[in-house]
Amino acid sequence: MSATLDRSTRRRATSARRRSTARRADVLTGYAFVTPQLVGSAVFVIGPLIAVGWYSLHDWNVLANSFTFTGAANYQRLIDDPSFVDSLKASGIFSAGLVVLNVGLALLLAVMLNQRMRGTTTFRTFFFSPVVVSLVAWTIVWGFLLQADGGINGFLSQIGVDGPNWLRREDTAMLSVIVVQVFKNVGLNMVLFLAALQGVPGEIREAARVDGASAWRSFRSITIPLISPTILLVSILTIVGSLQVFAQIAVLTQGGPGTSTTVLVYYLYQQAFQFNEFGYASTVSVVLFLIVAVLTLVQWQTRKRWVFHEV
Amino acid sequence: MKSEVVDTREPSAAAVAAAPPTKRTRPRRPVKRIALMVALIVLAVPFVFPTWWMVTSSFKPMSEILRIPPTLWPAAPTTEAYGQVFDLQPFAQQYWNSLYIAAVVTIGTILVSSMAGYAFARIAFPGANVLFVVVLVGLLVPAEVTIVPLFRLVNAVGMIDTHWPLVVIPIIGAPSVLATFIMRQFFLTLPGELEDAGRVDGLSRAGIFRRIAFPLARPAIAAVAIFTFMHSWNLFLEPLVFLSSKESFTLPLALTQYVDAYGGPIWNVQLAATTLTVLPVLAVFIFAQRQFVEGLAHTGLKG
Repeated sequence: MSATLDRSTRRRATSARRRSTARRADVLTGYAFVTPQLVGSAVFVIGPLIAVGWYSLHDWNVLANSFTFTGAANYQRLIDDPSFVDSLKASGIFSAGLVVLNVGLALLLAVMLNQRMRGTTTFRTFFFSPVVVSLVAWTIVWGFLLQADGGINGFLSQIGVDGPNWLRREDTAMLSVIVVQVFKNVGLNMVLFLAALQGVPGEIREAARVDGASAWRSFRSITIPLISPTILLVSILTIVGSLQVFAQIAVLTQGGPGTSTTVLVYYLYQQAFQFNEFGYASTVSVVLFLIVAVLTLVQWQTRKRWVFHEV
Repeated sequence: MKSEVVDTREPSAAAVAAAPPTKRTRPRRPVKRIALMVALIVLAVPFVFPTWWMVTSSFKPMSEILRIPPTLWPAAPTTEAYGQVFDLQPFAQQYWNSLYIAAVVTIGTILVSSMAGYAFARIAFPGANVLFVVVLVGLLVPAEVTIVPLFRLVNAVGMIDTHWPLVVIPIIGAPSVLATFIMRQFFLTLPGELEDAGRVDGLSRAGIFRRIAFPLARPAIAAVAIFTFMHSWNLFLEPLVFLSSKESFTLPLALTQYVDAYGGPIWNVQLAATTLTVLPVLAVFIFAQRQFVEGLAHTGLKG
């Protein structure tokens, strides 16, 4: 009796010891597995982020080799700098225009493709294809189309319309950049909307139809409210993405004409790598970071709150 | 994501029973269908025409390329521009640069993110939550924000005009955080019994990851692979800042360099190079559409 008890206790002790060894090995494996990512975060994310904040407090011109602490002087300069205010305005116009056109068109395309009809998969492929085309390539082709004597004006002249020099006029340059970007990525939002639309229960719309609701009425009163979390999510994502627009500007307008398309990131790039003002550019970086971080946090909050809608 | 794409368009039995029988077999109005089809065709023009215009224009001689009226098909097709693509720049080298960088970044990101994602999802180690939040900061920081300090860093270690920053930073820096997040979300859904079975068979934690968890993560890995490859392939600001010689350029940067002495683009050559850049990716997309759509839709779902 006592022998068996003894043996079972010993066995339990051994297995406990084995378990704790296994646990220790587990913990070590855990640290080993996350180490590359953590080192990367420290060196390439957190460190640079702190550095940007630190640089922004300095007058730092690379060519002049000056690096002097100036406190909040760069931030004061930012507020007084009409070019910076212009770039904020340009980014605002770009983001607003893009989000309205992109989300509107994405929703329209998704609704059209959600119909039971042959050939919708082919059209889905068409609408999505620019998403996989290299951004610079897509922009170059559109830049070619939008030349004063380019394809678009060429076709317009065939129907007797004298098209403007799209990219060189203050009133059309920004609009052109926005439209090019809408066609580039609207397919992505369309797919997200399509998934949301297919999650709307057919019974509800059927019931509304039985009650005599028109298609438009049922879309407005049933579909839109049910997919509103997706609409919000897609809108924020589109705005965050739009704040990072750079290659399109660099290829199409170089910020011009005047400063009409000098958006925030392009302004940052100019200050840093054309005027060598690293300190001042870092100040612009801080502003950009704050805007993007706030929007992203809002997006995470909304996702959390509406998580039950995602099935 | 996948669970959202449930087809619920079929009305349920209750709804069908409730509806008047005549309405159930309501014929589709052909007028409406034709209108829808016409609208779709018109809307597809700005999505499809640029590609068509790019390809056809690349076969036009300089004299025809900006001709009015425009020609939808080159009057005298020539491959002259394609020869110049390789004469004006080391285009083959640049193509290879883009290709191998994207491949290395993709493989590296898959390894780093699947390991980190697995550890954060399945292994209880002290500080895991705090460390995960630290990593997530990467999702809040656009590449443009840290470009100045990263340039400083790359410069300080003498890596300007090398491919190292384009390989190392994406694999473990901010761009891989989304991949880690997606891998973690996937591993969270993995049934614990599979791991227990592995443990009973005497596998270590690393063995469980390598033999059981990683092979099961194929759908998540496919998504990560696609958006990581596309991200690297399309990178523009970073190469522009880090690279300086034509031999080291990647494709997006190279495409912008086909300009004459006055900085004006040499259109037919530029479009030929663009065609060579775009068509292979489009071809792969046509064959692996579902993977592309799912993989890239993930990038819209971060957080």
